[in-house]
Amino acid sequence: MTTRIDRRMAKLKAEGCPALVTYFMGGDPDYETSLSIMRALPKAGSDIIELGMPFSDPMADGPAIQAAGLRALKAGQTLGKTLQMAREFRKDDNETPIVMMGYYNPIYIYGVDRFLEDAIASGIDGLIVVDLPPEMDAELCIPALKAGINFIRLATPTTDDKRLPKVLENTSGFVYYVSMTGITGSALADTSKVAEAVQRIKAHTDLPVCVGFGVKTAEQAKTIGASADGVVVGTAIVNAVANVIGPKGEKTADPAEAVATLVNGLSQGIRAARLATAQ
Amino acid sequence: MNKPTEPNSFRTGPDEQGMFGIFGGRFVAETLMPLILELQRHWDEAKNDPAFKAELNDLSTHYAGRPSKLYYAEGLTRHLGGAKIYFKREDLNHTGSHKINNCLGQILLAKRMGKTRIIAETGAGQHGVASATVAARFGFPCFVYMGATDVERQKPNVFRMKLLGAEVRPVNAGHGTLKDAMNEALRDWVTNVHDTYYLIGTAAGPHPYPELVRDFQSVIGTEARAQILEQEGRLPDVIVAAVGGGSNAIGLFHPFLDDRSVKIVGIEAGGRGLDGIEHCASMNAGSPGVLHGNRTYLLQNADGQILDGHSISAGLDYPGVGPEHSWLRDTGRVEYVPILDDEALDAFQLTTKVEGIIPALESAHAIAHAVKVAPTMGKDKVMIVNLSGRGDKDVHTVAQMLGMEI
Repeated sequence: MTTRIDRRMAKLKAEGCPALVTYFMGGDPDYETSLSIMRALPKAGSDIIELGMPFSDPMADGPAIQAAGLRALKAGQTLGKTLQMAREFRKDDNETPIVMMGYYNPIYIYGVDRFLEDAIASGIDGLIVVDLPPEMDAELCIPALKAGINFIRLATPTTDDKRLPKVLENTSGFVYYVSMTGITGSALADTSKVAEAVQRIKAHTDLPVCVGFGVKTAEQAKTIGASADGVVVGTAIVNAVANVIGPKGEKTADPAEAVATLVNGLSQGIRAARLATAQ
Repeated sequence: MNKPTEPNSFRTGPDEQGMFGIFGGRFVAETLMPLILELQRHWDEAKNDPAFKAELNDLSTHYAGRPSKLYYAEGLTRHLGGAKIYFKREDLNHTGSHKINNCLGQILLAKRMGKTRIIAETGAGQHGVASATVAARFGFPCFVYMGATDVERQKPNVFRMKLLGAEVRPVNAGHGTLKDAMNEALRDWVTNVHDTYYLIGTAAGPHPYPELVRDFQSVIGTEARAQILEQEGRLPDVIVAAVGGGSNAIGLFHPFLDDRSVKIVGIEAGGRGLDGIEHCASMNAGSPGVLHGNRTYLLQNADGQILDGHSISAGLDYPGVGPEHSWLRDTGRVEYVPILDDEALDAFQLTTKVEGIIPALESAHAIAHAVKVAPTMGKDKVMIVNLSGRGDKDVHTVAQMLGMEI
């Protein structure tokens, strides 16, 4: 069974172009604005959308994504509303893959079976759940795969060759390589080491490898894109939203436009990576 | 919820996956997973290594001052006029609480693993102080994450940690309490995973922490069981301990779990009452969920977002609980009941007056339960209350509650 992720990745590979994977926080700063950001992403050059599910205790996230999650929760975002957002997005766009990313507890409380059913109905293609390592596959990974949803695993610098097969075993869609040991939004790791790691993972799998954590600028996206099949940008996008929100929650500019401008630049960086490789 | 079938023994958990029934597990980011497996390897070796045990025993005796006394609280017993009350005097340990038991064990593990940097989270500061203490003793740099609210209400302990050479890092997220400190400690760990040992202070977190913290704390119950047999010639009728994350409680309870005649009661922080959200009674008013590496009872809303809770006692101010307690609750082996802020405050003052012992506010919750039930029991009944820590750290909080100035 192929998903939108598989098809999009195959198409980009044929074009020799790395994927631009964009993370934003569902419901930040409010439902309507967040939906407008989501709708702006594909046109601005995003190939895959990561839809953040806010959680009160995001243990692997830095201050920017923590704050974005709290803004969303304060505005009344719930997992149900995040699914609804995807459903509304799908009315106009049935091509762009959507990956939901977050932590397990809200899904566990929603109910795994009910969640998977609603995720399928909302046009969700993949899941990234930070606190579900392969040791906990029975919780959500296996049921998701059975339901036809990709379960995208994080591989990290601490995932050695001995452990990689276990991490890759039930991974599908793509592998998300975390460029450093750390939380989201930290400084970018040594890019030559990242390239080495991507090669190391590719020796174990045919799946595309996307790299995230620390990529903020078009230049960085270009460098990473030269060795990886995709580049994930999250904190920079979340910051673009935060930058146009005043201290009382008032918008000083259109968040969707701010995000689109940023993503446009990143997209050009990625395309430059393809050109650089082609030459 | 279906009650799990009663096992032949309550002392065999967790299983290989780190589960106590549906509770426990290893819900952590991939970055931490290899380290957690490495910790488990070292722990499995250490617990069967006579040299490890000998070193820990030596430190427990000569550095921490074990065994702690089992003290017949005659004044309190007479005042209440019912069951005979004994205090297990963990307040007399070096650093003033049970926390040192676990810290000595884990610092030896850290050394064994070749780690060079210690991080810890703390609520009341007791675990922070104990961590800073063992880090000083063994020459490790130590960083303690502490909620900003707790930094404010536990100033004496903050100063102690600084004197001991630790760096206290205040955490402003959330309500600035133990939950937020734990999030931040996990973020540090995931960043510095190559050289850092996370010295978790309670019997919670990803497997194998709940197991190893319990085993290091079980010295409390093992001693108490032998002491009561010697002093009373029989097992107690009731044992009581306060439960935040639940390390002093599981330490007392575990050696008694298969003594079916012993009633075991864990005390949760009832705060200002269970009607609202100003309490930390996760097992009385919460539901199972996943946080901080394990599945356990949590205070949470219908969307699975974790609530902050409230307790007068910083050490109980946590919206979750160790997974083994959740399992003991569901199996019915242990009863968990809430005690309100005011009841704990009354017990704090009473113990001070009739026993000349200033208990920690955490321990005062357990004493408050004794105050309630001892008078309803015959004078031939025996009860052990875990006096998990001394209350000097709480005098500012108590003064404020009583409207006094120091």
